[in-house]
Amino acid sequence: MTEALVKLQNLKKAFDKHTVLNGINLEVAKGEVVVILGPSGCGKSTLLRCINGLEIVQGGNIIFQGKDITSDKKSWQQVRQSIGMVFQSYHLFPHMTVMENILLGPLKVQKRSKAEATADAERLLDRVGLLSKKDAYPRQLSGGQQQRIAIVRALCMYPEVMLFDEVTAALDPEMVKEVLDVMLDLAKQGMTMLIVTHEMNFARAVADRIIFMDQGEIREMASPDEFFTNPQSERAQQFLNQFFEVETGKGRDGK
Amino acid sequence: MQLDTDFMTRHIPDFVHAAGLSLSIGGIAILLSLSVACIYSAILFFQVPILKGFVRAHVEVARNTPLLIQLFFLYYGLPSIGIKLSSMTVVFIAMTFLGGGYFTEVFRSGLDAVTKTQAESGLALGLSRMQLFRYVIMPQAFRISIPALFANFIFLLKETTIVSAVAVPELLYTTTSYISLYYKTYEMLLMMTICYLIIFLPLSFLLSCIERRYQYGTHGH
Amino acid sequence: MERTGIDLLIHSLPELGKGVVQTVLISLYTIIFSLAGGIMFGALRTSRLWWLRFLTRSYLELFRSIPILVWLFFFFFGLPIFFGINVPAFTSAVLVLSLWGISEIGEVVRGALQSLPKGQTEAGKSIGLNTFQLFRYVLLPQAVRRMIPPTISVFTRIIMTSSLTVLVGVTEMIKSGQQVIERNYTYGHAAIIIYGALFVFYFLICYPLSAYSRRLERRWTQ
Repeated sequence: MTEALVKLQNLKKAFDKHTVLNGINLEVAKGEVVVILGPSGCGKSTLLRCINGLEIVQGGNIIFQGKDITSDKKSWQQVRQSIGMVFQSYHLFPHMTVMENILLGPLKVQKRSKAEATADAERLLDRVGLLSKKDAYPRQLSGGQQQRIAIVRALCMYPEVMLFDEVTAALDPEMVKEVLDVMLDLAKQGMTMLIVTHEMNFARAVADRIIFMDQGEIREMASPDEFFTNPQSERAQQFLNQFFEVETGKGRDGK
Repeated sequence: MQLDTDFMTRHIPDFVHAAGLSLSIGGIAILLSLSVACIYSAILFFQVPILKGFVRAHVEVARNTPLLIQLFFLYYGLPSIGIKLSSMTVVFIAMTFLGGGYFTEVFRSGLDAVTKTQAESGLALGLSRMQLFRYVIMPQAFRISIPALFANFIFLLKETTIVSAVAVPELLYTTTSYISLYYKTYEMLLMMTICYLIIFLPLSFLLSCIERRYQYGTHGH
Repeated sequence: MERTGIDLLIHSLPELGKGVVQTVLISLYTIIFSLAGGIMFGALRTSRLWWLRFLTRSYLELFRSIPILVWLFFFFFGLPIFFGINVPAFTSAVLVLSLWGISEIGEVVRGALQSLPKGQTEAGKSIGLNTFQLFRYVLLPQAVRRMIPPTISVFTRIIMTSSLTVLVGVTEMIKSGQQVIERNYTYGHAAIIIYGALFVFYFLICYPLSAYSRRLERRWTQ
């Protein structure tokens, strides 16, 4: 295996006295898609936020492209350009059009030329099927559309890795698919991705590796087939059963 | 520069007395303004014809003219047409005029903040308009108004400094007249500042606590 | 009688005008300084550094706690003896009003900034914006709408508060009015006419501003 793109060593995070991450070790290789599963409150979202420097860790190291970036505030800003993040509730800037949202980073942070960045943005918008909305304001778009724009906003910075924090959790069911399709597409093109999600079928389809977290620790790390057919820990079995039970809740065959 | 501490200690009683006067003027003005505001709010809520126009006009004039000019108009202006009022009378008229306007506005926005659905669900229960006001709207509106009301109490208390302009011997007037009397500028300024800090710092912190507790952002006047 | 009242006003118009200009200038300078300083002050109030928050909070409490007229007298008596400098009354008045205005507008700015959802800050950071860029492109433009109505009402308060400067020797419009009354002491009703006119004049400046502020607020909070 080549040198890991993102490497977490014994990562620790607590809010006041409440431990959220309790010694996380994880390596993500370039081009790998890692899906993090776990019950709510297990620390999976916090883990993503730590990797983007939105939370300050109390212990351990975050190594990105071979460089320790854990506590260097200056380098965080640099590093964030290479780590794209998409949030649960999109967080588009409501006072800017779609295009302005996407170009803010490339123009103001990366100082790229407007013509080049615009061409890039249009290409990406076209890929997610929203080129016609480039002059719309966020409030004029559906949740699914806003989320796809948020993905484009992150992609336009040419990130080395993308973090997805429950990006479909706030969407109506019929919009979930359009967002997941964009993510699948990205995975196929070899983007390195860390995904927190509750969509089990999607997780199985997109992941190279599944990580199961509980109470701030990684409990299982396995290939998707292995994890979904034969989870090792009791906690993971319970977790998967919840989803299984919902699907066959009426006592009929779920399929 | 040497502070004349002896001079300062000798005049502590004067300052305590003056601060007391400031506080009583402020306190009485607050009570008078509150009564005016309660009556006004009821007039506005029940849409009493004619009177409500008068209330609105009063509120706007009070909120859009400086207290100083209100005082001067009453104290220096009125005598020229034969109406002579004592400075204390002038002070209470002006401060109640000002405070009544501000407090009414506080109550009004409190009433506005109680949502329409609350009124509708109250009416759906069969409450009369009076009962609705008494049991549903007013308690909620009052709670919402508390931080802003308290902020306006402090505002009115601070406005008492302005009555020094019509020779009421409150804290500021006492200070400035002692300065011109004894030329003890340092000492007098120091004592005045201490007095005001003792009065207002705790109030200001209390206001912050109240604002945090009620979590409504409607600050100030 | 009424005829002579209007005559008095017309005759004293040039003199009253001079005072009005002073009032307008004091207010204008104060508004400009307060706005520039207040935006910075409000942004600093949201800082994550505890000592910056402590300093700005102390400044705010100082100007909130001590009445503005007291500050005016403090500078009026204090500047010459504490620092040995003799500043014109006009300058020291603008200075005090601005220091106070900065704290007032700063609070408006802080409130508007903090009412923005936290996700906006995070989304801005996640595309690599630095703190200044975050304020400049993401937070301030969104906060502006929430800021404008209360900022306008701070303006009206600045204009009204400028009346107090007459008490520390600034020749603004009340002072001009008093001079007109003194020179026309033979005319019995001068005081009520001049003070009445000043009263109306303040209302005519301030009421449209506060009505406008309220209209904006109503329109934008829907």
